[in-house]
Amino acid sequence: MELKGYSFLFGDDIDTDAIIPARYLNTSDPAELAEHVMEDADPDFANRFQAGDFIVAGKNFGCGSSREHAPIAIKAAGLSGVVAESFARIFYRNAFNMGLPIFESSEAVADIESGDELKIDMDSGQIHNLTKGRSYHTLPTPPFMKELINAGGLVPFVRKKVENGGYA
Amino acid sequence: MPMTISEKILAAHAQADQLVPGQLIEARLDFVFGNDITAPIAIDVFHKAGGKKVFDPQRVALIPDHFVPNKDIQSAQQAKILRDFAREHELPWYWEVGRMGIEHVLLPEQGLVLPGDLIIGADSHTCTYGALGAFATGVGSTDLGAAMVTGRAWFKVPESIKIIYKGQLRPHVGGKDLILYAIGQLGVDGARYKALEITGETIANLPMDDRFTISNMAIEAGAKVGIIPPDELTENYVKTRAKRPYHFYQADSDAEYQAVYEWDVSRMEPQVAKPHLPENTVPVTELADVAIDQVVIGSCTNGRIGDIRVAAQILKGKKVSPEIRCIIIPGSQEVYQTALKEGLFDIFTEAEAAISTPTCGPCLGGYMGILADGEVAVSTTNRNFLGRMGHINSEVYLASPAVAAASAITGHITHPAEVAGE
Repeated sequence: MELKGYSFLFGDDIDTDAIIPARYLNTSDPAELAEHVMEDADPDFANRFQAGDFIVAGKNFGCGSSREHAPIAIKAAGLSGVVAESFARIFYRNAFNMGLPIFESSEAVADIESGDELKIDMDSGQIHNLTKGRSYHTLPTPPFMKELINAGGLVPFVRKKVENGGYA
Repeated sequence: MPMTISEKILAAHAQADQLVPGQLIEARLDFVFGNDITAPIAIDVFHKAGGKKVFDPQRVALIPDHFVPNKDIQSAQQAKILRDFAREHELPWYWEVGRMGIEHVLLPEQGLVLPGDLIIGADSHTCTYGALGAFATGVGSTDLGAAMVTGRAWFKVPESIKIIYKGQLRPHVGGKDLILYAIGQLGVDGARYKALEITGETIANLPMDDRFTISNMAIEAGAKVGIIPPDELTENYVKTRAKRPYHFYQADSDAEYQAVYEWDVSRMEPQVAKPHLPENTVPVTELADVAIDQVVIGSCTNGRIGDIRVAAQILKGKKVSPEIRCIIIPGSQEVYQTALKEGLFDIFTEAEAAISTPTCGPCLGGYMGILADGEVAVSTTNRNFLGRMGHINSEVYLASPAVAAASAITGHITHPAEVAGE
C-alpha cells in the first residue's frame, strides 16, 4: 500500500481542539467536520491542501480530549494521513480505529519541510521524500492493520468479517 | 532476544516468537468487560459491527458498578442496557446489586482474570490485574464493542519501565503509599504508554491486596499496565479461585527497559497526594494542619478486605470526629460479608461511620458522598482532579486506608501512629 501527497507542517502538542474545535461537535457528519479540519491550528488550511496530502507534526499530536471526531475530520478531508514525532495515546488508538493511517518517525519530522512531496510505503515502512530525494524509517504497517484501514476502521472491519462468516 | 513480562504475554497471545516495542500486533484476548457507563456504548458498537453473539460468553463480563444501586432514571436506563444484553446473550458474568462488586475488586475475586492473561476492559483502572501478572489495560467503548464480537484486539507493544522497591516498610505504610510515591516521582505522564514492571524485595513481602492497589494506580502515572511478577502469594490467591488454567510469566534477567528506578523505602512515611493531581505527593506529616469534612474508604483502589481491616484497626474503640462524615464502601459483596463476619461493621458503626453497599459512587463524583463548595475530603480513591468528587471548589487528598481512618478520628490529616498512641 502506498500513499502520496505534499506535506503541511504543524508544531508540537497539536490538541484535538485544534484539529476539530469543540464548537463544531454538534455534528458527527464526517463531511461537515472535514470543512473545519485543523481550523484552530491554521484557519486557512482547509483551502490549501489537496486530497492525498499529509499532516506532518511534532510531538504528542492529538493530545487532549478523546473525541473520535478528530481522526474522522482528517480522514474525511481526504488527507492521506499524519506523520508525527509521537502521538497522544488515545488519538493513536482512535486514528487506527477510524481508519486513518498514521506514522511515527522523528527522523522524518526533523527533515521534512513544508510542501515536500512524500510517498509512504506502508509495507516496508519507508517514508520517501521525493522533493529532497531522501528516505526515512517508520515501522511497517502490518497486514491486519492495512486491512482495518482499507475497511474504513474497526467497526466496518469487524462487520465485513462477520458478514463473511469470519466470526461465527 | 530477551523479553520483559509484557512482551512475553503479548507475544504468546499474538503467536509471535519475538516482539519489539512500537510494533503493532493483533492478539487473542482472554477476557473483556465493561461497566454501566462504558458498556452501553460498546453494546451499540457490537450491533453496528454486525455482532450476533459474543465470541465466548465465559470470557465477557458486564458489571454495573458505577451508578448502582441506580442513582437516577438515566443511570437506571444505562444499567438496564447491560441487564437486557446479559439476558439476551445468556452471559454468566453479570451481577445484580447484592451480588455485585466494583469491577476491579470483583473480577480477581471471582477468578475470572488470571496470571498470564491478556485482558481489555472499558475502564481506565483495568490495569489493576497487573498485580496478578496479567497484561491488562483500559480501552474505549469502540474497542470493547469490537472485541466482544472478535475476541481480539490490536496493540502497540509498549516499552517497559522497571521499578525496584527495596527495604522493609515501617508500620502503617503499605501499597497505597508505595504507588503514590512512584506517581510523585514519575509524574502523571511519566510512564505514558509504557508498561511498568514493579519488583523488589518490598513487593515480594507485600500482601495481594496491597499489590492490587499498586497496579490499580499505574494509570495515574500514564502507564498502560503495572505488572507485578507473579510468585507464591499470587499462586495462593488464584489457585482456589481460578475458573480456568493460568500461566506465570517472568521477565528475562537481561530484558531491556526504557528506564530502571530503584527506591529504598525503608524510611518512607505514609504518603498523601494533594489536590489536584495524584503526582502532588508529600509525606503525611507535612499536611497535619489540613482540616477535612469527609473521609471515603473504599473504591477499586482500596476497597478490599485488607483495606477494610486496616481501617477497622485504626477506628476500633474510637469515634469519628463529630464534624466529619466517614463513609466506608466495601468493594464487593465478598468483602462486605467477610467484614461483617469479622465484626468490623460493629467497630465502624460504634465509631459512627456510615457503611455502603459496593459502588464506585463518590470516587468519580457520581453519588453517595458528593462534596459541596469548599469542602475537603481525604479519600482512599485514585484521582483528585479538580471537581472529581463534587463541587469544582472542593478538594480531595488521596491517601491510604490507615491515613484516611486516622484523619476521620481527628478531623484533620493525621499520621496513623498519632491515633494509635504510638
